[in-house]
Amino acid sequence: MEEVLLARWQFAITTVYHFLFVPLTLGLSVLVAVMETMYVRTGNETYKTMTKFWGKLFLVNFIMGVVTGIVQEFHFGMNWAEYSRFMGDIFGAPLALEALSAFFLESTFLGLWIFGWDRLSKKMHVTCMWLVAFGSNLSAFWILVANSFMQSPVGYALRNGRAEMTDFMQVITNPYVWGQFPHTILGGLVTAGVFVTAISAYYLLKRRHLPVFKPSIKIGLACMLVSTLLVMGTGHLQAQFLAKKQPMKMAAMEALWESADPAPFAIAVVVDQNNKKNSFEIGIPGALSFLAYDKFSGEIKGINELQEAAEKKYGPGNYTPNITQSFWTFRVMVLSGLWMMLVAALGAFFFYKKRLEESPFILKLLLWSLPFPYIANSTGWILTEGGRQPWIVVGLQRVSEGVSTNVTSTEIWISMIGFTVLYGALAAAAVYLVRKFILIGPVDEKPVLSVLTKKKEATLWN
Amino acid sequence: MELNVLWFILVGVLFTGFFFLEGFDYGVGMLLPFIGKNDVERRIVINTIGPFWDGNEVWMITAGGALFAAFPHVYATMFSGFYMALFLMLVALILRGVAIEFRSKDENSKWRGTWDWMIFLGSALPALLWGVAVTNLIQGIPINEKMQYAGTFFDLLSPYTLVGGIAFLLVFLFHGALFLTLRVEGELIERSRKAAVKIGLLAALVFLSLVGLTYANTDLFKSGLATSALWGAVAVFVAGYILLWLKRYGWAFTMSGLAIAFTTIAFFSGLFPRIMVSSLDPKWSLTIHNAASSAYTLKIMSFAALALVPIVLAYQGWTYWVFRKRVTAKELEY
Repeated sequence: MEEVLLARWQFAITTVYHFLFVPLTLGLSVLVAVMETMYVRTGNETYKTMTKFWGKLFLVNFIMGVVTGIVQEFHFGMNWAEYSRFMGDIFGAPLALEALSAFFLESTFLGLWIFGWDRLSKKMHVTCMWLVAFGSNLSAFWILVANSFMQSPVGYALRNGRAEMTDFMQVITNPYVWGQFPHTILGGLVTAGVFVTAISAYYLLKRRHLPVFKPSIKIGLACMLVSTLLVMGTGHLQAQFLAKKQPMKMAAMEALWESADPAPFAIAVVVDQNNKKNSFEIGIPGALSFLAYDKFSGEIKGINELQEAAEKKYGPGNYTPNITQSFWTFRVMVLSGLWMMLVAALGAFFFYKKRLEESPFILKLLLWSLPFPYIANSTGWILTEGGRQPWIVVGLQRVSEGVSTNVTSTEIWISMIGFTVLYGALAAAAVYLVRKFILIGPVDEKPVLSVLTKKKEATLWN
Repeated sequence: MELNVLWFILVGVLFTGFFFLEGFDYGVGMLLPFIGKNDVERRIVINTIGPFWDGNEVWMITAGGALFAAFPHVYATMFSGFYMALFLMLVALILRGVAIEFRSKDENSKWRGTWDWMIFLGSALPALLWGVAVTNLIQGIPINEKMQYAGTFFDLLSPYTLVGGIAFLLVFLFHGALFLTLRVEGELIERSRKAAVKIGLLAALVFLSLVGLTYANTDLFKSGLATSALWGAVAVFVAGYILLWLKRYGWAFTMSGLAIAFTTIAFFSGLFPRIMVSSLDPKWSLTIHNAASSAYTLKIMSFAALALVPIVLAYQGWTYWVFRKRVTAKELEY
C-alpha cells in the first residue's frame, strides 16, 4: 500500500505545482492579447511597452507551465499504469486531442510571437497572441473533459475488463465539464486580473512608470471585478450540480454527517472522522438547502447515509473522503474568492472616483491580494480531487487499483524527491526573474544582449 | 485499411516527425557550448531553434498522447516499465525548456553559463535515452503474461541498446550541426561545418555498428521494408556526408533528415505488428491488436487526426518560412 500513498503524494505535488502556473497562462494570454490589440488599434506606443512588459512576465510563467506539463502527461503511465489500462480507451483521446489541437497551436504561435515582432505585420503578430490564448484555453477544455469523466463517467460501457467509450459526444458534453470548464477559465482570468492589478498597484505606490501602469491597472481591475463575480456564479452552479451528482463530495465539503432537511450551512466545525461526527460546529440553519436548491427546504444527504448506501452498492469499504480537508479547502477557496471580489470592487470604486493613486491603503490591499488567486486555485483542486476519494474514477475504479503494479516504492521516492528539489530550484529562479523584471520596470528595450567575454571556453575542436 | 494499422502508422509518423525535428534541436543544444564561443554567438545558436523548439517538442507530447489513446497498454507498460529512464528524461526536458527561456534574462555570466550547460545536458540525455528506448522495443524486454514489465532499469542497458543510444545521439549531433550551417553566418558556418565533418565520421561508424548489432540481436531484417529502410538510411547518411564535403549544406541536411526518417521507419516496420517485443515469450509481446483501444475510439481519433494533422503541418511549415533568414548578431531582439 505504500506505493499508493507515495504515488498520490507525487501526483499531488506535481499537479498542484503545475497548476500554480497554468491559470495565469490561461488568463494572462488573453490580457496580453487585449493589450496588444489596443496597441494595434490605436498605434499608441505606451500600449506596446505595456504588452512587452506583461508579455515578458507571461513568458517566464508560460515556460514553467509547459515543462511541468510534460510530467503530467507522462506520469499517468509511470505511476498509474493500471488506471491507464482501464481508462485509456476514454482518457487517451482527450489527451491526444489536447496535444493535436491545442499544444501545437500555443507553442508554435508563441514562438512566432516572441521572435516575430519585426518579421510579421502588426495584425498578424497580435493574431499570434490570440491564437496562443485560444490554444491555452482549449487545452484546458480537453484536460477537463478527461477529468470530468473521472468525476462523473458518461458515454461508456464496461467491456473487456475496462471502460470503453461508446459515445464521444456524450463524453465531451458531460454536464460536469460545462460546470468545471467555465469555472476554470474564469479562475484563470481572476488570477491574471489580480496579477496585473497587484503589480500595477506596486508601481502606482512607488509612483513609477505611471503612463504604463494606469491603463494596466484599469484592465486588471476590470478583469478582476467581472471574473470574480462570474467565477462565484459558475462555482455556485457547480455546487448545485454536485448536490445531485456527487452527493458524497457535497456532504464532505459541508461536514454533514446526518442527512438533514432543511440542511444548515456550517461556518466552522471540528471534525472527528473516527467517530463519524463533528465535535464542534456552528452553522446557519437552512442555508445549505438554500444554496443547493434555491429554497429553504430540501434534503441534503449526510455522510453516514451515503457511506451505508455505497457499502450496499460496492461492498464493504471506506467511501468517505477526508472531511476536514474537504470542509476547509472549500471554505478557504470561497473566502479567497470573496476577498478578491471585495478588493476588486473597492479598487474599481476608487479608480472610478479617480482617487486610486492617492489611496495608498487601497493600493496596498490590491498588492497584498496577489497570493489569493493561487490559494483559491490550489484549494479548489484539492477539494475536487480529494473529494472523489477513494475513487480514481467515481464508481468504476478505486485509487488503489489504479496504481502501477511494477513500480517500486524506492523508484517513486527517487522521482518524488527529484521533482520536488528540481521544482523548488526552478521556482526560486522564476521568482528571482519576475522580481527582477518588476524592479527594473518596463524600460525601453535596451539590447537584451550584452557581450560577455568569457575567459574559459568550452572546446572540443579548433 | 484496418484502423489498428492506420494508428500504428500514425504513431510511426509522429515519432518520425519528432526525431526529425527534435533531432536537430537536440543537436543544436548539445553543440551550444562548443560552437558558441562568446555570449553573442551562443545567443545566435539558441535563436536558430528559438522559434521552433517548443513546437517541435509537442511532436513528442503528441506521440505520447497518441500512444495513450490508440494503444493504452503500450503506454501503460512502457511508461511504468521505463520508469527511471523516463524520470531522467523528464528532468532533462524540464531543465532544457527552462534554460532556453531563462538564460538570456539575466546578464550574470555564471547564470548564463549554468543554463547553457543545462541546455547541453537537457539535449544530450533525451537523445541518448530515446536511442536506448527504441532499440529496447525491438530487441525485446521482459514483459510477462500480464503485459507487465518484469525487469529493472538496468535490464534496459545492454551493449546493443547503449550503442543504439550513442548512435541516436551522434546522428542528432550531425543533424544539428548541419542545421546550424544553414541558420548561422560567417565564422559560425565554418565552425559548424568542421563539427559536422568530425561528428559525421564517428556517427557513421557507430551507426554501422548499430546496423550490425541489430542484425545480431533482433529480427528486424526479417521484414523486407525494414531492411531496405535501414540500408536506405545508411545510404542517405553517406550521401549527406559527401554533400557536406561539397558544402551543399541544404542537401546534406535533407539527407541527414532522411537518414533519421528511414531509421525510424526501419524500426517501426521491423516491429510491426508488434509495438513492444517480449523477451520472455513472443506470445506476450504487445501488438497493434492486443494493446489497442476499441474500434470506436480508434475511429473517432482517426477523424480527428486526419483533420488536424494537415493543419498543424501547414502552420508549422509556415513558421519555418517566416524565420527562413539566417540568424545574425545584428538582429538579436531576444
